[in-house]
Amino acid sequence: MGVFAMPSLGADMEAGKLVEWLIAPGDRVNRGDVIAVVETQKGAIEIECFEAGVVERLDAAIGATLPVGTPMALIRGDGEAAAGPASAEPGAHPEARESVVPATAGRSAATAHEGPAPTRPAPEAAAAPRPPMPVPVAGAPQPSLPAAGAPPSSPAARARAVELGIALGTVRGSGPGGSILIADVEAAARSAEASASAAPSAEPAGTPASRPGKPGLDLGAMRAAIAAAMSRSKREIPHYYLSQTIDLQAATDWLAARNAARPPAERLLMGALFVKAAALAAREVPEVNGHHEGGAFRPATAVHAGVAVAMRGGGLIAPAIRDADQLSLDALMAAMRDLVERVRAGRLRGSEMTDGTVTVSSLGERGADSLTGVIYPPQVALVGFGTPARRPWVMGDSVVPRTLVTVTLAADHRASDGRQGARFLAGIDRLMQDPEGL
Amino acid sequence: MTPEEIRSAFLAELVRVAPDLDADTIGGGDHLQDDLGLDSMDVLNLVTALHKRLGVAIPEADYPRIATPDAAVAYLSEAMR
Repeated sequence: MGVFAMPSLGADMEAGKLVEWLIAPGDRVNRGDVIAVVETQKGAIEIECFEAGVVERLDAAIGATLPVGTPMALIRGDGEAAAGPASAEPGAHPEARESVVPATAGRSAATAHEGPAPTRPAPEAAAAPRPPMPVPVAGAPQPSLPAAGAPPSSPAARARAVELGIALGTVRGSGPGGSILIADVEAAARSAEASASAAPSAEPAGTPASRPGKPGLDLGAMRAAIAAAMSRSKREIPHYYLSQTIDLQAATDWLAARNAARPPAERLLMGALFVKAAALAAREVPEVNGHHEGGAFRPATAVHAGVAVAMRGGGLIAPAIRDADQLSLDALMAAMRDLVERVRAGRLRGSEMTDGTVTVSSLGERGADSLTGVIYPPQVALVGFGTPARRPWVMGDSVVPRTLVTVTLAADHRASDGRQGARFLAGIDRLMQDPEGL
Repeated sequence: MTPEEIRSAFLAELVRVAPDLDADTIGGGDHLQDDLGLDSMDVLNLVTALHKRLGVAIPEADYPRIATPDAAVAYLSEAMR
């Protein structure tokens, strides 16, 4: 029996608001089926099911804002008998624990309902082929697991409590079901400092979903989510940076010639070449491709490129394109187009939010010379492409005008050193010199 | 097609690419990238949609000629003649 729970869709997601069920009791579901839509700080996200079975019952009501890990539905696995009105306490059932956290068990999705660290559901073949990925055991850094008997709390709130030296037992939760949110922890810290009664927190962080209104973007909440993830990144990840200027003339010429002969629907953007080259180079340098979780770096066995897409009106999101290194340029381009259209329409899938193993960010045609990024935890590298421009370049003994681009790697020193980082950039350079081979 | 019809087709596809835009408030001289914030993927999606709707396959070299609604209407009128 699998408990379908509110997934964690990013490092600092505390809660999500259920806006739509796409299943009803009695429905048959397969792994990878989209079964619900959840509104988060980054818009509405389609949530996939990670096991096959029959929907036994739906526990969560439309419109409810639920902390990460809250049981939302019960799905009866094939061959299992129907359950009675079970109390949804997944931690009590070892077999249920495997499926309690659908998306990102390894991240920060351990919940108050669980005792031991959960494991990511084994990513076997589903509707979409899923190559083996290392299973990030939530290596239980102290803050990510609640103490027994502690009130329900979000992983981010627990981490913050540890930082601030606040005992969760002393914090009054304002989240659904009395769960403790970051804002509650910070409020408790402030009141402790002032030795006065806790002032109600005005912090918007983490609780936008409780706000009424149409499903969609709350820019303040989006900014708060970005700030939280990036603050965590800068706090936890010892970044180092390497830059390299690459001669892009061969790729520019090849692309122009190729696109000239094709209708718009079949044209490529330079951005697709960047993602492909970065994905191939990441395969060659495993130290930049994977996740740092639970105190250890785990290289990924596949390359799922998180592609940073600017959201109109502000904000940024980096959904993943799975196996970007294996896709042809045309297929990769199609995937990127699809991704951008769905970002615009506000329909990304939960797995896309969490599958990325390395992020590629590109400033496009009208940006700045270079982009020095902030790594998206728990990833360990972000490669930034500046805006290509015609510049003087030395070839042989002469200075010639060429189209150049500055590529900048931000990497995690816990996972790699400059030597590997330089090898990664050199790989991108080499690959971009032979665009046809990409 | 009249220029007015071309303009409304152009604006309809533009708003489909960037759903937060309001066709009524887009100025004829608004620059797709500088003023309306389209990126290169948005521009390509717009060009693809215009191809499908109007039958005009705008070559990459001509993208600057559709940089504003006014410019695009003039360019597309010419191309469809």
